[in-house]
Amino acid sequence: MITYALVFAMACFGLGLLMNLWLLVRGPGRADRVLALDTMVINVVALLILYGIRQGTGVYFEASMLIAMVGFVSTVAYCRFILRGDIIE
Amino acid sequence: MLVEIVVCVFLVIGGLFGLVGSFGLLKLQDTMQRLHAPTKATTLGIGGVLIASMLYFLLIKDSFSFHELMITLFLFLTAPISAHFLAQTHISLRMKQSDLPESGGEYSWSLFDDPPVMDKPSEPAAPTQAPH
Repeated sequence: MITYALVFAMACFGLGLLMNLWLLVRGPGRADRVLALDTMVINVVALLILYGIRQGTGVYFEASMLIAMVGFVSTVAYCRFILRGDIIE
Repeated sequence: MLVEIVVCVFLVIGGLFGLVGSFGLLKLQDTMQRLHAPTKATTLGIGGVLIASMLYFLLIKDSFSFHELMITLFLFLTAPISAHFLAQTHISLRMKQSDLPESGGEYSWSLFDDPPVMDKPSEPAAPTQAPH
């Protein structure tokens, strides 16, 4: 039963990734594109955790933690670059 | 059996909230409205997935790890910060100071009090130093 729920959740997050990709292409402004990238990172973290449950190992938690950190830092850096024209002034 | 049902319920709830968050990102009209979907619904969705993962490894695999708690804490702490930065970016790109409400304090909003100095190649650059 858990297998079916896992497949359902992975399909949901995969579909979400496709929607984010569409917003990344369509997005009317730079803020929308950064938002789409940020959401893509969160969806990828969820997909990695679901894959870890499916494989039954905890190895993927470190990877998802790292991806979450890199995603946050890159979002903040991109926003600061748009806002101030520089990342660290 | 009961444990499996609980894990499945959390997985399905998490997946649905993640899907709603990404769908809202497409569906909502304005950038400020669009900020709501990933910062709230997707964060809740990944929270559901992490609770399911924690229950699965604790009750079925008999191994407890703090990684899920760390990921939950990190994501729940960073989501409002990145949303704040995205809102600031949108305001600086698309809105004027007259569109914003009063700050209610002695000063105006910091975004407009201290604008960045942009070097535009089409215009002559403002002299930063007095000529010798």
